[in-house]
Amino acid sequence: MFRRSEQDKRPQVQIFVDGAAVAARQGDTVSAALLASGVDARRSTAVSGALRLPYCMMGVCFDCLVTIDGIGNRQGCLVPVAEGMRIEIQKGKREIGK
Amino acid sequence: MSKAFSSEVDAGSRRDNASKQKSEYDVAVVGGGLLGSAIAWGLGRLGKKVAVLDEGDIAKRASRANFALVWVQSKGLGMPAYTVWTVQASQAWSRLASELKQQTGLDVSLQQNGGFHLTLGEDELGQRTELVKRMHNQVGAADYKMEMLSASEVKKSLPLIGPEVSGGSYCPLDGHVNSLRTFRAFHTGFRAFGIDYFPERPVSAISKSGGEFRLTTPNGELRAAKVVLAAGNANQTLAPMVGLYAPMGPTRGQIVVTERTMPFLPHPLTTIRQTDEGTVMIGDSKEDELDDRALKHSVSAVMTDRAQRMFPHLSRLNVIRSWAGIRVMPQDGFPIYDQSETHPGAFVACCHSGVTLASNHAFEIARMVAQGALEPELVGAFSASRFGGAGAANHSGY
Repeated sequence: MFRRSEQDKRPQVQIFVDGAAVAARQGDTVSAALLASGVDARRSTAVSGALRLPYCMMGVCFDCLVTIDGIGNRQGCLVPVAEGMRIEIQKGKREIGK
Repeated sequence: MSKAFSSEVDAGSRRDNASKQKSEYDVAVVGGGLLGSAIAWGLGRLGKKVAVLDEGDIAKRASRANFALVWVQSKGLGMPAYTVWTVQASQAWSRLASELKQQTGLDVSLQQNGGFHLTLGEDELGQRTELVKRMHNQVGAADYKMEMLSASEVKKSLPLIGPEVSGGSYCPLDGHVNSLRTFRAFHTGFRAFGIDYFPERPVSAISKSGGEFRLTTPNGELRAAKVVLAAGNANQTLAPMVGLYAPMGPTRGQIVVTERTMPFLPHPLTTIRQTDEGTVMIGDSKEDELDDRALKHSVSAVMTDRAQRMFPHLSRLNVIRSWAGIRVMPQDGFPIYDQSETHPGAFVACCHSGVTLASNHAFEIARMVAQGALEPELVGAFSASRFGGAGAANHSGY
């Protein structure tokens, strides 16, 4: 759905999405990296379980909620990627202890 | 303007016919919160023609600020009749929930599998044990099977408690409900029963003439054969207009709500509950201030600190909302149900526990209002005559 611009020369950053290595770019937000990666990054909502992707990309809609380095309900659109970051696509409500 | 209201201009011409006409309404309920709505719904259910006169959206409304417990344990110390009334309400709640579901399609998520009051440290455990003993020893009180449990016994039902929890009391009759959806279900039910709901009609005067009540509002006058005052703390001002007495002593409470998390709390607590949709509500503060537009963060801090000592994993959760609400509170903490001797057909109803007692209001109070008289054997203890003119001390009415 999304394709990186050929002019984008930023250095690569490796993150892991549900355990699989994904190449992101320095300065990407987690949401941008997930959308650009082509992996199925759809979370499911806490009450009805509807499938959602990041939408507003500016911290308002909370449809980008994701588990980052073991912490649930993070807004992926507000967090920059970092080398070795571990992302889990969150299914439903935030888990106990995450 | 609604047709039901006579404007000031044509009030005179309508008054000429008043003595010959039947009142527009069998009952006018003053107050459209949870308590007034339950009684109005119950009257509609019995086929009565009902009008509900309410304030607007900015009313101080406990119906939208409450903690949503259907709660039995520890209520009624100092008034045994209140334990009997509360147990009856608890037992009737499932019937109310199923009738609302059937009528409106709304599931109010009633859960009544028992509730806990947890204690932190030995002092609190000792105090709670003492309270349970005093409740048991009360003559004439309903036995609501409240028992003390050790921390290890509590842990069998609530495995995520922290090391500071010293024990707690458990009552199998306790539960909780989605009170906002209950409120909505009553109002949805109004339409099905043909009940007329009028917002923006705070009542400023009530008089009785020609065998009917006339209620004055900024948007016209309404006439009804009977009137039920269900306006929360405002009952204090309204009651004397029809020869009744309702001394109130409101307090403020604060609630903190977390983001949704996986179900971890299978039973509600007095101070913590997890809603059907996953949020965790933390509550139960009690303050003398009556401004509901501001929060005291020092109070929220104590509440949330205690909550995370009870369940350490809560410390990871984000808080998404908090608010203050004004409790409806009769002066001694116990409900007031009364009927006027000087103005037959006028009733007053107010209590703190509008959620817990909603079933009694919908089924019992509505039935008695429809019949025209409160039954002393059921609600005689709640007459305001108990105040004897002077305010009594506040007991554990809630």
